[in-house]
Amino acid sequence: MENVQCQCGHTNPPGTKLCESCGRSLTEKDQNSKLVDMRYEGTARRSQTYNKSIIDKIWNFFSSVKVGVSIIVILLVAAAIGTILPQQAFVPASTEATIQAYYADTYGSVGRVYHALGFHDLYSSFWFIALVGMLAISLVIASLDRFVPLYKSLKNQRVLRHPSFMDKQRIYGSGPGAEDTLEKAETKLKELKYNVRTDKNGLLAEKGRFSRWGPYVNHIGLIIFLFGVMLRMIPGFYIDESLWLREGETRAIPEVPGYYLENKNFKLETYTGEGEDARFEEAIDRVGTVVKNYQTDIVLYQEPEDSLPGATDNLEVIQEYPIRVNQPLKFDGYAVYQMDYKLNELKAMTFALTNKETEESLGELTIDLINPVDTYELEGGSTVELLGYYPDFSGFEDGEPQTATPLPNNPGFLVELTTPETPAGETSFITIQNTVEPLGENQFKLTFQNADTRNVSGLTVRKDSTLPILGIGGLIFMIGVAQGMYFNHRRFWIQQKADGTILLAGHTNKNWFGLKKDLDRVVDSAKLPAYTDQQDEIDKAEKAEKEGEVSS
Amino acid sequence: MTLIEISSNLLYLAFFAYLIATFVFGGAVKGNKKGSFNSEQRWGKVAITITVIGFLANIGYFFTRWIVSGHAPLSNMFEFTTAFGMTLVGGFIILYYLYKTPVLGMVVLPVALLIIAYASMFPSEVSPLIPALQTNWLAIHVSTVVIAEGILAMSAAAGLIYLLKVVDLSKKSKQRFWLEGILYFLVLVVGFVISSSYFTLTNYENTFQYVNKDDQEATIIYNMPPIFGMNESVSLTENAMTPLVETPALVDASKLTTVTWSLLIGTILYVLIRLITRRRIAQLIQPLMKNVNLQLMDEINYRAVIIGFPLFTLGALVFAMIWAQITWSRFWGWDPKEVWALVTWLFYAAYLHLRLGKGWQGEKSAWLGVIGFAIIMFNLIVVNLIIAGLHSYA
Ligand code: HEM
Repeated sequence: MENVQCQCGHTNPPGTKLCESCGRSLTEKDQNSKLVDMRYEGTARRSQTYNKSIIDKIWNFFSSVKVGVSIIVILLVAAAIGTILPQQAFVPASTEATIQAYYADTYGSVGRVYHALGFHDLYSSFWFIALVGMLAISLVIASLDRFVPLYKSLKNQRVLRHPSFMDKQRIYGSGPGAEDTLEKAETKLKELKYNVRTDKNGLLAEKGRFSRWGPYVNHIGLIIFLFGVMLRMIPGFYIDESLWLREGETRAIPEVPGYYLENKNFKLETYTGEGEDARFEEAIDRVGTVVKNYQTDIVLYQEPEDSLPGATDNLEVIQEYPIRVNQPLKFDGYAVYQMDYKLNELKAMTFALTNKETEESLGELTIDLINPVDTYELEGGSTVELLGYYPDFSGFEDGEPQTATPLPNNPGFLVELTTPETPAGETSFITIQNTVEPLGENQFKLTFQNADTRNVSGLTVRKDSTLPILGIGGLIFMIGVAQGMYFNHRRFWIQQKADGTILLAGHTNKNWFGLKKDLDRVVDSAKLPAYTDQQDEIDKAEKAEKEGEVSS
Repeated sequence: MTLIEISSNLLYLAFFAYLIATFVFGGAVKGNKKGSFNSEQRWGKVAITITVIGFLANIGYFFTRWIVSGHAPLSNMFEFTTAFGMTLVGGFIILYYLYKTPVLGMVVLPVALLIIAYASMFPSEVSPLIPALQTNWLAIHVSTVVIAEGILAMSAAAGLIYLLKVVDLSKKSKQRFWLEGILYFLVLVVGFVISSSYFTLTNYENTFQYVNKDDQEATIIYNMPPIFGMNESVSLTENAMTPLVETPALVDASKLTTVTWSLLIGTILYVLIRLITRRRIAQLIQPLMKNVNLQLMDEINYRAVIIGFPLFTLGALVFAMIWAQITWSRFWGWDPKEVWALVTWLFYAAYLHLRLGKGWQGEKSAWLGVIGFAIIMFNLIVVNLIIAGLHSYA
């Protein structure tokens, strides 16, 4: 494409609509229209100029507002569909197959279709992320396409414009003026906080140009935010681990080398409906118990620098702290949150070794359900050997006892009982409810005496180094929005011809009402000619034409 | 009178003030036959005074309740929805003093009334806060959202007035259909309020035992005669009506029953209005729009979004993320309420781009404003009551 030569002699880059120097319309279409299109100052935008190579086509696609809005709308519709049924993270199933079965069983054919289409894991699905990526690309390209030429042209504005530029502005007036009209206008405009530049017989008054950058600033904020979100995929930026800590237990904090956490006590408080809480009595009566607080009193330890990794005997106490909901423990860029709890988990079980016939006891043993030992020696010379331990017994498979989880929810023990009377030993399988004797009738059995329980606290360990980036992105977005929305760019061009005639034109990117208010004050004090809003005239003419059609 | 009684009486006072003001605004607009605006301004002044008195009472309700409960009254459906009604009126009062628009009061106040009436169908006793809600971020986040939504609703109100004036009701068109649809929906809300109040006042109660979607037995109390029954339900109340239709476990038949009663009563009401007046509701209202300044309505529509959008961003996204980060350890978890805040935000972003980039002003903008409000209401009603109910953690 070739440069465009204007009548005034200025050479404009290809695609320019309004001459950069004098403002004359350069295309036939613009020359014939009543008002010029002032968006982006009639500059050459890449997307409006080139459409040959594949890169041009991609650029043009993403710089279009129509495409941008379409992406936004598709995203919002998709996001909404993702809320119809719960996402897989919220359903009580963990494997591919059970998740699929859950949707089919719980929600019937709707659930089956939902799962088949991938809506059960929408927000981390490839196509959803791809859409967000396209949004980001569109943001960048659309902004560059407009910002660069707009910036150049606003920076290099001339004061004097061709009359054909002036009379195609929405706000326009012309008429006789006095000798001091320009001077007076200049004074008044300065009073109204306009920047005024003069050149020979004309002036350009401008205010709030920085508000034109608002959209680009807010888009940069969004890009920074999206960039921050992307960063968390890089290892080291983001840690999300859960830690179940029993009362009395000390454990290494997962993914946080060198730190240990001890759970000294877990407590749960509910609203009583009395005293301070009496005002809530009615609500508590209706809904039942309401939790008021749950907290874990913890001790944070650190390994001394010179200790062997994994050695826990000389830990240094760093901090004691009650972790509560909304009050995470913070240290060294990490945070530990109170998320969940389990009350009264089995800790240890005590049994008596008894003769089935006489019910005489040969002594008691206590099995620690987290770290059971293999052999228990009783006083009278009897031993109990733990052949197998199944903390969450879930039944037999091929004759072998199975455990569903490593948590002691339903402990099962395969034991060999040896007493002076039965030196060969007897085998027995014990669960909370019953005893199975797989190798024939026994003389002795283990009788359940009592169980110790304790509370387990569910904690989440989190590090998110992207938060500052997200914060900055959000802040820039808000600044950009305020900049673009609460300020506006106003300009007046005033010229006096040799015969004393004044030409007057005004433009703003938004809020024409405010612009006219400013102008009225200038017109008053400098005795400028009356102006009209040419858009209103056009609208009126159109309306009259329409009504004319109806009545005829 | 205890403080909590004073508080709820103040809310009643506000309600009746808004009710009276609606009619005075209507009278102000209707009385202005010549378009001279003198009488409109005079009666407008009376109406706005009544509105402001109501609003002060409304604020009084809010703060006395705050004192009683010890936390900002924004923590459950009753409190949040009432606050939304309040910010709606607040938004209108500001606009009235800026633009002197009685016709806006005629539209906003009835909607605020419906919202407050809807709110009062929920349990209204002061309730304690669960640990997650015990933070100042709750008050900061929710109050910003509710103010932003009140302001965004002004864009819908101005849009609705715009449409009521410009849509040609003499010819069949999509616009006419949807406009009437909006008004029909408002009548349905009236239907909900009437049916709920009727069965509450007559103390209707019927307890059922049923099998829920996790195959467990549960009981439920119906406050309306059961049109739909819960899965395998058995009535525990003697001599009570048995459900007409039984539903599968997935469906919350008690909510479905409420919706059906509202639909039924609302539709009867609507049909009665149509039969008696022999006009569409839009046609009944349109004459009142004679003197409306369309440009001004378009301006209000846009202004409301320009102020509401950044506030909404701040409240529903920024503050919500800060709260979630502190409470749930992650600033975003894709739960339905979060997603719908995002949907609302994206919608208004689209509105701004269409307006600025594609020149969608006037009627198109008016429709977008109304749709935005529909999304906000969907969020308030459907997401809270139906979608959240489908999710196991709710
Ligand atoms: C969620 C995503 C987005 C948000 C929140 C957003 C936000 C905004 C805001 C607040 C404005 C200023 C509007 C006004 O002042 O009335 C704006 C302007 C604009 N946006 Fe976006 N935007 C988003 C995505 C996009 C995309 C994908 C495009 C791609 C086409 C785009 C292109 C533009 C353009 C061309 C302008 C007008 C610039 C001007 O005329 O100077 N935006 N955006």
